[in-house]
Parts: sequence; C-alpha cells; structure tokens
Amino acid sequence: MPTLTFSEKLSRFIVNSVFMMLVWIAFTSSFATHELIVGALTSMIISYLSIRLFTCCTISIFNPVKIFYMIWYLFVFLWALINSNLDVARRVLTPSLPINPGIVKFKTKLTTNYSKMVLANSITLTPGTLTIDIVDDTFYIHWIDVKTTDPEKAFTDIAEQFEKILLKIF
Amino acid sequence: MSIMEIIGGTFIIIGSIFLFLGALGIFRMPDIYNRLQAGTKATTLGGMSLILGVGFLEPSWMMKMIIIIIFIAYSNPISSHALARAMYKRKRYPLILSEDKENMDAYSEVNPHEKEEVKS
Amino acid sequence: MTIIITIALSFMVLGFIFSAIRFVKGPTAGDRTVALDTITTIAVAAIVLLAYVFQRFIYVDVALLYAVLGFIGVIVIARYLEGAL
Repeated sequence: MPTLTFSEKLSRFIVNSVFMMLVWIAFTSSFATHELIVGALTSMIISYLSIRLFTCCTISIFNPVKIFYMIWYLFVFLWALINSNLDVARRVLTPSLPINPGIVKFKTKLTTNYSKMVLANSITLTPGTLTIDIVDDTFYIHWIDVKTTDPEKAFTDIAEQFEKILLKIF
Repeated sequence: MSIMEIIGGTFIIIGSIFLFLGALGIFRMPDIYNRLQAGTKATTLGGMSLILGVGFLEPSWMMKMIIIIIFIAYSNPISSHALARAMYKRKRYPLILSEDKENMDAYSEVNPHEKEEVKS
Repeated sequence: MTIIITIALSFMVLGFIFSAIRFVKGPTAGDRTVALDTITTIAVAAIVLLAYVFQRFIYVDVALLYAVLGFIGVIVIARYLEGAL
C-alpha cells in the first residue's frame, strides 16, 4: 500500500468520483435532479472511504491522447477476443483435440499494479493463453499450444501488442 | 422485422453458439488448465454478445446491458486466474504432452514440485 | 423472433447439460468450480434473454446480482482451495 501525498490523493479522489458517477447514471438511467444529487454525494463518500484501496490512476488520465489510446486499446482487445474465440471453437470442434500445453514466463516493463492487472486480464482473453501468476514483474502464462519456451520470444508472441499501448496510457 | 431486430437476433445466435462451445470445451478438454482456457474465453464473448443483442432489441435497456457486459469482461478472467493459481498450489500440475518436460513448466521455479500428488 | 429465441435457448440448454455433466464427473474440486462458473455465466445470459421475452426490466437486475454473487462465490472457493482463507 503506497503512501500518497495530498495532491495525489485529491486527483485520485476526483477520478474515482467521476467513474462512480458514470456508473450511477448508467444504473439509474435518468437525469432527474434529485437522482444526480444523491449519486454525486454517494460517489464522493465512497471514493473518500476507499481512496487507499482503489488507486487506479491520477487525473492525467483525462488527457485526450490517453483517451485516444484507450479507445484504440479497446479495438485491439476486441479483435484479439474474437480471434481467441474462433481459436477455441476450432480446437474444441476438432475430434483429435490439437493441444500442446505448457507454462511459459516473460518479464514486463509495466510498473503500477493496476496496469499489470489490465495486462493479465487481456492476456487471459487472447488466443490460447491464461495468466496463472504475477511475481513482481514476471508473468507466468499457461499456453495451450506452446511454440517457444524462450521468455523473449514468448513476450513478442503474447503480450507485445498490448504492452506498447498500455505503456502510453499508464 | 426491422433492422434492429435483425442485428439483435444475429448477436443473440452468435452468443448462444459461443456459450455452447465453451461448455463443450469444458466437457472435452483433458485437464483443468485447458478447461479454464476454453471456458473463460468462450463464455465471456458468448455472454457479452448475447447481452448486447438483447440491448439492440430493446434500446432503452442499453445502459444496464453495458454495465453487465463490463462486469462480465472484468470478473471472468479474474476468477479463472484465481482458480488456476489455487489449483497449482494444490499440486494439480498441468498435463504436458511434449518431450521436453523440464522446460515446459516455468512456474515450478516459484512452487517446486513435490513427489506425491495430493488428491483433492 | 420466436424462432431465434427458441434456437438460442436450446443451445444454452445444451451447454448447461455439458457443464452439468462436468460438474457431476469432477474429478477434482477445481473442475467442479470451473463448471459452476460456466453455469453462472450461461444463467446470467439466460435471465437477460428471458427478461426480454417476458418484457420485465426488473429481471435484468436479478441477472446483474447473480453475476456479482457468482463471481464472489468462485473467488471464495478459489481462496479456500489455495489455503489462504
């Protein structure tokens, strides 16, 4: 749990409040004044109480360049998700089950916990890979069809396309 | 049929097919890690696509559908990751088919294998 | 529209049956939990589809709650199997 200065706390508080407010609006699906006031109060109280737990990102996340990269990441991720599902469908429907499972590892250049979590979730949903554990900066990946056990080549095959976008966001 | 109904129906059919394929993968795969692979990916896209299809059929529900989609996309990989690590720590080691058994299991450097496999 | 929903629901019932077979066969607690996770996701999708069929918006809230509770359940079982609970 990192110790935060006051300005960091303030910017994280603002980011958390804005995200919780968006979720509230999506839940209630109404723009009546009393709903908005209650939602603003609730999201500010909750983000004040949980400020040490959910340290996702500072206020610089609202930079337009970063928002552009986030939308680009969404499209890259959706393309990988569709590919991985076609891959699963092919393997499941083939009668001989073409698999060659094993566990590989690689190192990442990401530093914050939140970005590592996003990368791990993305890896789990891309073709043939499943994150088992993260120890400091080493990812252990179960790969359904191992092509290489060398960490560098495995990194190029599995995670490079996501990491180079995530490094620009976080 | 309007154009929204055609789009929504297509998403619903695709989603249900992927949900079925995920369950079939869980049924057919040989060990728990491969089952997790098939189950997580196929049910995530299947559920997302089916719920999006219902959102197209009924556009005033779309906001809540997007909340459910985001929640599924966040929670499914986390639960499969937690299960995979728990099963490795319970000494259910992954099935390895290739000849090079030493190098194929990189995670054993963190959790060294023991001789006896414990039944769970 | 009725035909599409019938086809979708029958695919989901087939998936439910395959997961239930894996749930009964095991062989370990982990395999059963994987099957339970899949059944949860299929049931969430089915509840949302049935909310459309019956035109009841309140069922969508039921689906959301079921997704949350199923996720927490799987996490708790995983932590218990890991020995950290």
